[in-house]
Amino acid sequence: MATHTLHTANTRGHANHGWLDSHQTFSFANYYNPERVHFGALRVLNDDFVAGGKGFGSHPHDNMEIISIPLEGVLEHKDNMGNTKIIRQGDVQVMSTGSGVFHSEYNGDVIRPVKFLQIWLFPNQLNVTPRYDQITLKRADRQNQLQQVISPNPDDAGTWLYQDAWFHMGIFDKGFQTSYQLKKADNGIYAFVIKGSFTIDGQTLNERDGLGIADAGKIDITANDDQAELLIMEVPMDIQ
Amino acid sequence: MEQPIKVLAIGRNEEIMTVLHRLLNAKEQRTGVTVTTDAEAVAACQQETFDIILFCAGVTPQEAAALTAKLRALQPRAVITRHFGGGSGLLENEIQNALAQRQ
Repeated sequence: MATHTLHTANTRGHANHGWLDSHQTFSFANYYNPERVHFGALRVLNDDFVAGGKGFGSHPHDNMEIISIPLEGVLEHKDNMGNTKIIRQGDVQVMSTGSGVFHSEYNGDVIRPVKFLQIWLFPNQLNVTPRYDQITLKRADRQNQLQQVISPNPDDAGTWLYQDAWFHMGIFDKGFQTSYQLKKADNGIYAFVIKGSFTIDGQTLNERDGLGIADAGKIDITANDDQAELLIMEVPMDIQ
Repeated sequence: MEQPIKVLAIGRNEEIMTVLHRLLNAKEQRTGVTVTTDAEAVAACQQETFDIILFCAGVTPQEAAALTAKLRALQPRAVITRHFGGGSGLLENEIQNALAQRQ
């Protein structure tokens, strides 16, 4: 029988530094809640707003799969692997930080804010050679269907990372119904509502709510609003 | 008032260990020692008592397991855990989690 873990938007950690306004589903930086550390391999789910021209200076990462998904605006990335990139809505960026990487992230626009999700997964291998990738996806291909944006397989749709994880995104009309079937038995599903409202596995979720579902082979999804947008993250529950 | 704590961080990436050293020592009640070799880690544990020992970037699971056995004998009360993220975002969480485990 499936078990649900509900994280409503207003119970997330919150840090407002003026230039950075961050809502954190799981414990991060100075927000620590021992009941909210991770959902399986999903360790970080930050919903960030960065003011125009501002950003994070060069800082290190290691042994995390870091996924950035811009929702509005442009995000500029530079790293010590030689990458200088811009990502915007419709793009998905993955950095496998492995044995260690330094990078900076800035709002690529001096006036308009950038809003993005930053998601960290525990990897399935430690100390891999760091890797950067970004892809551009057609948002039209996620209209009333779940579009795969991440998988563990370089030959599969979307980009890939070092974890048995699959991410899908969809934008749905009000009343549209679909379902999501686990790709790998024993994985869990974390559903995060980007916009609007959904009913997922019988649970109503509003904007920026998250629902972790363990022991579910398949979940049913109904959009409750027009242009409701959803991110589904399938992740291993058993991490060593 | 927070209790003083000592943290030993062991990792192979010198640039990241430099950042970790700065972050670990950024709080008045916390002292951080960073090393890049197993021999340095053993020597540090022979000289000082640590509350938390962190395995960082570049330390393989096999190296961590072997070193844990050695360090556990020298530091029976220390919480030994892996640090993820290179100092960014999760370090304070991991230290709080380790301290909670000690209680």
